[in-house]
Amino acid sequence: MMLIVLGVFVCGTIWTVLFSFTNIKILPIFTPKEWIDGFVGLANYRRLFNTDRWMSCPAITHIGMADWRFTCTGALPNMVTYAVLSIAIAVSLGFLLAVLMDQKIRAEGVFRTIYLYPFALSFVVTGHVWAWIMSPEYGLQASMRQLGWDSFSFGWIADRKMVMYAIVIAGIWQGTGFVMALMLAGLRGIDEDIWKASKVDGIPAWRTYIQIVIPMMKPVLVTIFVIVTSGAVRIYDLVVAITDGGPGISSDVPSRYIYQNFSANLGQSLSASTVMLVAMAIVLIPWIRMEFGKKSQA
Amino acid sequence: MHSVSVQNLSLKFGAAEVLKNLNLDVEEGEFIVLLGPSGCGKSTLLNCLAGLLELSEGQIHIKGKNVTWAEPSERGIGMVFQSYALYPQMTVRGNLSFGLKIAKLPKEEIEKRVQRASEILQIGPLLDRKPGALSGGQRQRVAIGRALVRDVDVFLFDEPLSNLDAKLRSELRVELKRLHNRLKNTMIYVTHDQIEALTLADRIAIMRGGIIQQLDAPQTIYNRPSNLFVAGFIGSPAMNFIKGTTVGGGKAFKFGDVTLNLVGYEGGAIMDRPKAIIGLRPEHLAIVDEAVPGLTIPAVVEIDEPMGADSLVWLEAEGKQISVRVPVEHRPVAGTKVHLKVDIAKSSLFDETSELRI
Ligand SMILES: Nc1ncnc2c1ncn2[C@@H]1O[C@H](COP(=O)(O)OP(=O)(O)OP(=O)(O)O)[C@@H](O)[C@H]1O
Ligand SMILES: [Mg+2]
Repeated sequence: MMLIVLGVFVCGTIWTVLFSFTNIKILPIFTPKEWIDGFVGLANYRRLFNTDRWMSCPAITHIGMADWRFTCTGALPNMVTYAVLSIAIAVSLGFLLAVLMDQKIRAEGVFRTIYLYPFALSFVVTGHVWAWIMSPEYGLQASMRQLGWDSFSFGWIADRKMVMYAIVIAGIWQGTGFVMALMLAGLRGIDEDIWKASKVDGIPAWRTYIQIVIPMMKPVLVTIFVIVTSGAVRIYDLVVAITDGGPGISSDVPSRYIYQNFSANLGQSLSASTVMLVAMAIVLIPWIRMEFGKKSQA
Repeated sequence: MHSVSVQNLSLKFGAAEVLKNLNLDVEEGEFIVLLGPSGCGKSTLLNCLAGLLELSEGQIHIKGKNVTWAEPSERGIGMVFQSYALYPQMTVRGNLSFGLKIAKLPKEEIEKRVQRASEILQIGPLLDRKPGALSGGQRQRVAIGRALVRDVDVFLFDEPLSNLDAKLRSELRVELKRLHNRLKNTMIYVTHDQIEALTLADRIAIMRGGIIQQLDAPQTIYNRPSNLFVAGFIGSPAMNFIKGTTVGGGKAFKFGDVTLNLVGYEGGAIMDRPKAIIGLRPEHLAIVDEAVPGLTIPAVVEIDEPMGADSLVWLEAEGKQISVRVPVEHRPVAGTKVHLKVDIAKSSLFDETSELRI
């Protein structure tokens, strides 16, 4: 059973990579002859990166880290923006919440359920709720204005430049509770005597967290990083539910791009998939290294 | 001035009172062992001394200073844990010096203290290794070193040897004793291993249910336990208890057909008590062939358990099981009728009702 699953998984992946180098138009083709006949080298990739919808960097000559997001547009940069921001914020917020929770507060169970609740929802539900909250006509902006705050304005969802940040907010709302739950489990796994020893040593609590506890939580942190990042890399449903890629195509993401090009432009879709595959592999490397590193040490 | 002084200490976890109105005075340089069954509050008391738990009531003084509300790091204590509790991502040197760096000690001073500790504990070659690359014994040495560099008045140990195998444990036990002889610090040491307690302690505090039952030198605890619990807890194999009565104005102890002469008993006024218990240690009984009136108990040999040099022989007397420790070459044959000679000066009498030593 394991072998069949693994076989399908590996074959599918190899097939995707191989045929991303061909001018394939229709499914299914499987033979080496078809592959050789249709071989076009890196043409799909060249075309992909020349497509504005995928990625467009008009000011590529003066890319600075600070204004990178505003320089490049398209599905791939959108995904990177989403991934970097949502991971950074969800992980730090999740950690802070976990630390607060770790102070043995009363009614911890209630809080944990509340924080975890969003994670139990489908991205589609989250997306629609947030689309509604952030919609200028019905949501937060309308409510605030009704309450008399006339100058209040929150229209990120309709703003080409800000729409990705609106999606980031929804993603954080959904993911932070999960990160917190994992972090809390990690914190609880720390031997209580470590805390006692650090107190006797006179080490302030925040330094104990940063210099002793966090390094001890490395396995949990890597796992969190891999889960959250792979989630961000293949983000799809949240975007579809909130904006469906709009306004225009300003909040398009790779998964959506691949899906939409699948029938019209199969070769390019496959090469985009391969790009995502590589991105995912990069994310997984620290995890793999950790797992295998452990074995070689033992 | 006491090195450590605990007055009327009480501690509650919710409704459960774990330490009950506890008093303890420790002299300068004394090695005190807290000994008792699991859950009796030994660790809790130690954590209170360290400032890791807040007292419900009472006061703690260390070196004459009231530290009841002081931070753990300001009490002049160092602590060693059963699980070592080393910082795993730091080297041994890092473990020893981290607290000192936080306290902003000058670099040379830190270096000096680390050198001294590593020389005393012979961990010099390990200084640049991480705890993961050390054996259990080495880790515990490092943990002791971390307390040592703090240059404190009082060391607190919470079962520091319990995670080690038997051989290492006895090695480190001797080393701890040597360390105490050299440093002459006050040490308070929690264990449930009575060998550790008897070998290390200047005084042992036997605890049960959050109360100190007896606080005395090991020999006193062993020879003159102040109540039935202490008598049964200390000593392995355990003391034999025989129920009976004291008669003749406290001159004799009677059970079944046996009468033991109590002349020479070291203790209080025996008087005539309808319910009394005599406690006889297996090593203070001897197997003899001839009965001596008032000094021996007739018995039948049942089984024996050889334990290397000695053998523990189980006999039946007046329907009771009694154990006797004899040199292994004097093991009697099962079924033999013998007599057990009692050493009254080394026996203990208890009042069955109050459970206190007479
Ligand atoms: N944080 C806590 N909350 C509630 N009860 C506790 C807590 N810590 C300890 N106790 C209870 O207090 C009692 C004493 O615990 P303590 O750890 O001091 O025992 P101990 O004598 O050290 O036992 P051991 O030999 O098993 O280490 C136990 O009954 C334990 O269940
Ligand atoms: Mg304990």
